[in-house]
Amino acid sequence: MKADVPPSGQPLVELKGISKRYGDLLANDGINLSIEPGEIHALLGENGAGKSTLVKILYGVIEPSAGEIRLEGRPVTIGSPVEARALGLGMVFQHFSLFDELTVAENIAVALSGDWSLSTVREKLGEISGTYGLALDADRAIWTLSAGERQRIEIVRCLLQNPRLLILDEPTSVLTPQEAEHLFTTLDRLSAEGCSILYISHKLEEVRRLCRRATILRGGRVVATIDPRASSAREIAALMVGNAVGDIRTDAPHHPQGETLRVSNLTMPPAGLHGQALRDINLAARAGEVVGIAGVAGNGQSELFAALSGERLADHAETIAINGKPSGTMGIDARRRVGAAFVPEERLGHSAAPTHSLSENTLISHASTEVSRSGFILMNAAKRVARSIVQSFDVRTPEGDPQARKLSGGNLQKFVIGREIIRRPKLLIVDQPTWGVDAGAARLIRQALVDLAREGSAVVVISQDLDELFEVADRMAVIHQGTLSPLRPIGEWTKEAVGLEMLGVAQAEGGVHAI
Amino acid sequence: MTTFEAILLTIVTASTPLLIAALGELVTERSGVLNLGVEGMMVMGAACSFAAAVTFDSTLLGVAAGMLAGALMAALFALLVLGFAANQTGSGLALTILGLGLSGLIGAPFVGARRDPVAPVDIPGLSDIPIIGRLFFEQDLFVYASILLTVLVGLYLMRTRSGLTLRSIGENHTSANALGLPVWRVRFWAILFGGACAGLAGAYLALVYTRFWSPGMTAGRGWIALALVVFAAWRPGWVLVGAYIFGAATVLQLHAQAAQFGVPSQVLSAVPYLATIIALLLLSIRHGRAIGAPGSLGVPFVPDR
Repeated sequence: MKADVPPSGQPLVELKGISKRYGDLLANDGINLSIEPGEIHALLGENGAGKSTLVKILYGVIEPSAGEIRLEGRPVTIGSPVEARALGLGMVFQHFSLFDELTVAENIAVALSGDWSLSTVREKLGEISGTYGLALDADRAIWTLSAGERQRIEIVRCLLQNPRLLILDEPTSVLTPQEAEHLFTTLDRLSAEGCSILYISHKLEEVRRLCRRATILRGGRVVATIDPRASSAREIAALMVGNAVGDIRTDAPHHPQGETLRVSNLTMPPAGLHGQALRDINLAARAGEVVGIAGVAGNGQSELFAALSGERLADHAETIAINGKPSGTMGIDARRRVGAAFVPEERLGHSAAPTHSLSENTLISHASTEVSRSGFILMNAAKRVARSIVQSFDVRTPEGDPQARKLSGGNLQKFVIGREIIRRPKLLIVDQPTWGVDAGAARLIRQALVDLAREGSAVVVISQDLDELFEVADRMAVIHQGTLSPLRPIGEWTKEAVGLEMLGVAQAEGGVHAI
Repeated sequence: MTTFEAILLTIVTASTPLLIAALGELVTERSGVLNLGVEGMMVMGAACSFAAAVTFDSTLLGVAAGMLAGALMAALFALLVLGFAANQTGSGLALTILGLGLSGLIGAPFVGARRDPVAPVDIPGLSDIPIIGRLFFEQDLFVYASILLTVLVGLYLMRTRSGLTLRSIGENHTSANALGLPVWRVRFWAILFGGACAGLAGAYLALVYTRFWSPGMTAGRGWIALALVVFAAWRPGWVLVGAYIFGAATVLQLHAQAAQFGVPSQVLSAVPYLATIIALLLLSIRHGRAIGAPGSLGVPFVPDR
């Protein structure tokens, strides 16, 4: 029955109409994709475009809601990673699936099917390391290794099973440039040996270095399949971020006055292994305007937010000035007292305590105001504040004073943003204000942010949603690998220009060195 | 038999139930599940084993009943923490309370009954060696079994494929799931193993150590077993050392109290705990880097699908 040799010209893997629905969100929408034997195929797209969801479906980690996967023309069901590996698919995850306390050899052995002893694993590891130049010490524990070494383990783990398709999810995100170049050499070699590679990335230069075909995803859909070497960076960036300009703004013209926030030469080391350093950031927000910070996730947005909110302190007080007052070394609550307010990205667990009621959650940022007196909580005042937030921001709650976790994402987001706005802050800093929120709530939140600015506050919005920034921002900058582009009026930005800044190719295209 | 030999023998008897229960809990925790219900499973094992042994006049059936009772309690725990992803701390505490109550009910008709001692297994020749002969080679089967179990658990965890899978799942269940390792199945059997061991430890208490049943007779030994696992840094060999230090200190402080050294009895009662903590602490300091708990210990596993 089974054809041993696939007919020539037959793709190795074919995805047909793959869809994945999470509640109201369509993460993948009818995706078609084919990968030839020995091809390095790129999957390009912004964060949230559905790349990771798609490869997880292909690797059997999550189930598709609809669609078909064909392997060498035969329809297959991939119910688990074990089945995927049996079919010859290997995957290197973005966040490594390694076990810190185990040794390199143990980490490899645990993922192999069939009968392996640790000594055969050691032997094979030696062979593969030699062939592909992936040096690894079998008996070291993972926690002692660098990110590059960890990734090598994942790759060796896949190669030991002689895969026909190797999937790499954002493989260079934690690598140094030298480590990345080393990886590309290995991948070229694998491809020459006939192994297909699906390479997921949002980094254009890498894709042009490695691939002859690229499928571009936006909003869960395939928007184009192109040859990245034949297309210009501008064209690809436009495809990735989309051409449709956001809704027309109907705001009254504004007259920004003095600077409410000034950040001067902010530099900060990364907080952890996956962290991003901030490099020499300068930023100003004036009373009456909305300042937007665009960028692909993981380029320093959360670090910037932590520095502005006081979750991480700067070395000098002068680095950050709020309302003219040097605040770089002040904690969160001290910054609140000088008129600032903050809404972090994570709703549950960061902005709000999941198992506390809404009225108790008002205390998180209102602790030093009307809801407490001499260390005692004024429960009735807190309830009153919670009620007025619920009413003014159209928060739909299950009952009178429910736990925060009982609210849907959109309603909780309206609540945490309302909680800050109702304090009438002079400066509001919001990270991803409408992330994972339905369209209605997003509209209400954006309107509230613009209204706050027009009443004379400065608002800083950090967002991955470009449409959103074009809708609300008066001036905008793009963050890329911890550096901030110059802040320009929104009218001077095109989506294309933003896309290029996001990919870090703006300087390269205009400068001496084009990749 | 000299007094000295008698003391040494009681040390072994006092340590064995701790060792067995702690080994079971160690395997459960290495798979990433914290079962605080050891005390409850142990006391159920004691009640059911005693009831079965008296009813059928068979030590073997008693032991089987004890292990089964422990495993059934563990299965209930597994249903809560795996099936419903319930909070492990709460479920474990509930299991202990349930076990203490239910065992009282099951054991009530058997209060006052007695069992004959279980005959020790004499290894001819070796048991004639002075002092250590009787200590090492004329014990009941449980003692030999508990030592063998320590070795087997150690080999299983560190030398077998299945043991590696179990450790990986305990270390990081998200990664394990992404690699396609059967998180739920492995944890289910690990929890059941822990329950059966706790039941066996209870059976030992009722059938060998005291040879009668009284409600709440485990008297906190389940908690000691739990603590031993932590102090022993999740290593079977260290659990053995810890269990024997604790057993020895318990017996010796009783003799010290009887000898009336003029030290307050409360201080002496605290000695076993202090001795165990200090000994295992020294052991882990000597070993260099402190070994942490399994990475996913106590965290409910809910995969995204």
